[in-house]
Amino acid sequence: MNGRDTLRKMRPVFVFALIGVIFMFTAPYVLQLFTIINLTTAIALAVLALSLALVWGFGGILCFGQVAFFGLGAYAYTIAAINFGGSTWAILVAIMVASAFAALLGYFVFFGRVSDVYLGVITLTVTLIFFSLIRRTSGPEYTIGKALMGGFNGITSPPLNLPWDAGSFLFPEHVFYVAMAALILCYVFCGWLVTTHFGRVCVGIRENELRAELLGYDSRLYKLGIFTISAGIAAIGGVLFCNGVGRITPDVFNLYNAALTIIWVIVGGRGTLIGPIVATFGLFYLTSALGGQSLFNNNLVLGIILIFFVLLVPKGLAPTVTDWFTRRRKPRRAAGRRRRAARRTGATEA
Amino acid sequence: MDLVVAVLFQLVYGIANLALISLGLAIIFGMMRVINLAHGEFLMLGGYTVVVATNAGVNIWVAMLILAPLVVGIIGVIVERLLIRWLYGRMVDTLLATWGLSLLLIGLVTSIFGASTATTISPPLGIIRIGDYSASGYELFLVGVTIALFIAVYATLKLTKLGLVARGTMQNPEMSSALGVSTTRVYMITFGLGAAVTGLAGGLLAPVTGVLPTIGATYIAKAFITVISGGASILAGTASGSVLLGGINGIFSFLTGPTIGEVALLVAAILLLRLMPRGITGRFFRKSL
Amino acid sequence: MSSKRHRRDVIVETRSLSMHFGGVRAVDQVDFTLFDKELRCLIGPNGAGKSTFFKCLTGQLHPTAGNVLIQRQDTTGAEPHEIAGLGVGIKTQVPNVFDGLSVDENIWLSARRWHKPKRARALTAETIERLRLGDIRRETVGRLAHGQRQWVELGMVVAADPWLVLLDEPAAGMTHEETARTAELIREINTEAALIVVEHDMQFIRMISSQVTLFHEGRILMEDTMEAISNDKRAREVYLGHRA
Repeated sequence: MNGRDTLRKMRPVFVFALIGVIFMFTAPYVLQLFTIINLTTAIALAVLALSLALVWGFGGILCFGQVAFFGLGAYAYTIAAINFGGSTWAILVAIMVASAFAALLGYFVFFGRVSDVYLGVITLTVTLIFFSLIRRTSGPEYTIGKALMGGFNGITSPPLNLPWDAGSFLFPEHVFYVAMAALILCYVFCGWLVTTHFGRVCVGIRENELRAELLGYDSRLYKLGIFTISAGIAAIGGVLFCNGVGRITPDVFNLYNAALTIIWVIVGGRGTLIGPIVATFGLFYLTSALGGQSLFNNNLVLGIILIFFVLLVPKGLAPTVTDWFTRRRKPRRAAGRRRRAARRTGATEA
Repeated sequence: MDLVVAVLFQLVYGIANLALISLGLAIIFGMMRVINLAHGEFLMLGGYTVVVATNAGVNIWVAMLILAPLVVGIIGVIVERLLIRWLYGRMVDTLLATWGLSLLLIGLVTSIFGASTATTISPPLGIIRIGDYSASGYELFLVGVTIALFIAVYATLKLTKLGLVARGTMQNPEMSSALGVSTTRVYMITFGLGAAVTGLAGGLLAPVTGVLPTIGATYIAKAFITVISGGASILAGTASGSVLLGGINGIFSFLTGPTIGEVALLVAAILLLRLMPRGITGRFFRKSL
Repeated sequence: MSSKRHRRDVIVETRSLSMHFGGVRAVDQVDFTLFDKELRCLIGPNGAGKSTFFKCLTGQLHPTAGNVLIQRQDTTGAEPHEIAGLGVGIKTQVPNVFDGLSVDENIWLSARRWHKPKRARALTAETIERLRLGDIRRETVGRLAHGQRQWVELGMVVAADPWLVLLDEPAAGMTHEETARTAELIREINTEAALIVVEHDMQFIRMISSQVTLFHEGRILMEDTMEAISNDKRAREVYLGHRA
């Protein structure tokens, strides 16, 4: 794998990133402010989806509690920003807290060699316990520094400000730029990570853990690594989310949100990064549209979508679409190769 | 002295409660290696069965002890036929499909009964006095029911032909098929029975906790931890998991309040898993049921 | 690395190694030694304990009692990646390959573990040439035939440039031609490294003409050339007799 190979492999990543950049600079001129604010929330969720796409789709780690790191990031940001009186260091704190927690949890599960089904259930359980714990913190005695935890009402999140200038808050359209830039950067970062030696070992472990160990790779360390990194990315999503919504409540940790994250990745497809991102935007607008009526309950629709995909489209949309394209293109390309080879050898058959 | 008895009773009740909400999950996991993420919703359906039936004038004991397990058991069989049986051997997909089922059931119940708490029913059996302290007679009854349920499951596994066949099938599906035992039927019945036990638990708890479409979420975290800590043996696993985690939860809750109690429960479970990745019965009491 | 060792150096040693499963003694107090650059086959009827013994050497199983020493280092109870880290190449019985990745990537992941990017690329290309995998190098391994997958795995073993190679049934499920080629490859590897090969196929063992250790009921029954073992009465009774 040399530099040129990496660039070749990352070509689709750059294409999608470019589309993202174009969207980022045109959207505020085309769309209304209300839509832009809504979009910011969707972008935050897309970062969350991306983090799960990395750890599950490439690391093969069945994490049902990705939303825990997202929520933890949002809470850590909010509490730190209130205490520091500015957002610059709070963002860093958010990423550190979520990653540190993931590293600790990951140490226990990966070094205990817990099987993947257990892992899913444990991460989900951790998430639900966060939910019930933070809901209980409604009394005035529950404070961290200057921040009041607020129980099920949550905390109002201080908005982002310019770096090291706590006085100049960003306006919603600026938060949109920040969110979109963060999504694109995280996406390119993940796209790069999976082409590195580290990323490819992680994929190897996903494919066959014993083989990776027999080659001399300590699979536990690699799993811990990708788990921690993805938690950090989820935390970035959390920071954007509480900025988009304006507050953070324990509901972020509930079963519905945990399921939603899984559904984005299942629908978008495991083993791709762009699939889950696109699926997040699609399902975000579907659920908002459903929220406006009461005939079909959101849970009902998502449950049906999840069952439908698991039974009938287990690979998800993006891989299914690419498979279809490569199947169509392959015969043509092979024919082209034969023709070129024939020309080179000077053969004259038809 | 009275205080000690009252505290001990609360501890025992906590353990029994954990065992009661986990047993149905453990039956399905232990025998079929399927973790049913819709377990919480099966409990919720048991609760709704009791509430709807008593509101319709059915005797509360009939509703709790007969209708709740019957209704949820039948739902379990239907779910196994329509969903689970396509996914045997694909553990992750089973997990995901049952999660889909969980959402679907929450959605359905919300559409039918609304999102808020349905009419509550008060627990029967009044109050028992222990010296200066009092305990709920219904909680004592629940402890008794849990013990009876364990004995019933043990007897079913040990003494009946179904139990024998089920144990054989779980250990070696190919062998049982070769002997002419229909594996599919055993799986169907097992899933149905697990669901029925869960329905019974949900029905029994309805008077204590009330019912809500999303109430499943409050149970499942504890039920999962108990079953995973316990390991694959159904009765020994559930019992040891409940005693250990219920005990820790109870002691910490008594000393510092329920919030820390719950944290202690989780931390204990994760530490346990580091030491015994296959649960308590993965290391001890391996040959037990 | 290899210049420091001498031909009569013991590089693998087990001391009363035992592995029990419940009441079954799959491996029972085995004392075994392997010298540098040696090529040794482990044979024995099904259930003789040779595969269990193999798994104790590779760290896939942690023995109940006794010790394993690789190059005088105690590796009893070490993890597979730690054993591999000593420079040991391992191929398991069931082909263990990265099914979702290409042949190229499979071999690169092995080479890259111990070498810098540039050297790893060269080693990958070299290995692909050596194992004649050039035509299928971009194919996904999961789509290949069984024999080809075996070779990809052998390629991963070779690409790491090991000084000790442990192979569990390398010729299983191969065609006659592929088997002959594998035997050739094993002799080739043997010029650089010591090998332990678990094998069923007598024909194959004669092809690589090595010293043979015969396992029976968890113990070593005898150690000799294939020739001598074929002529031994006891050996014929426990093993060859089953086939004749």
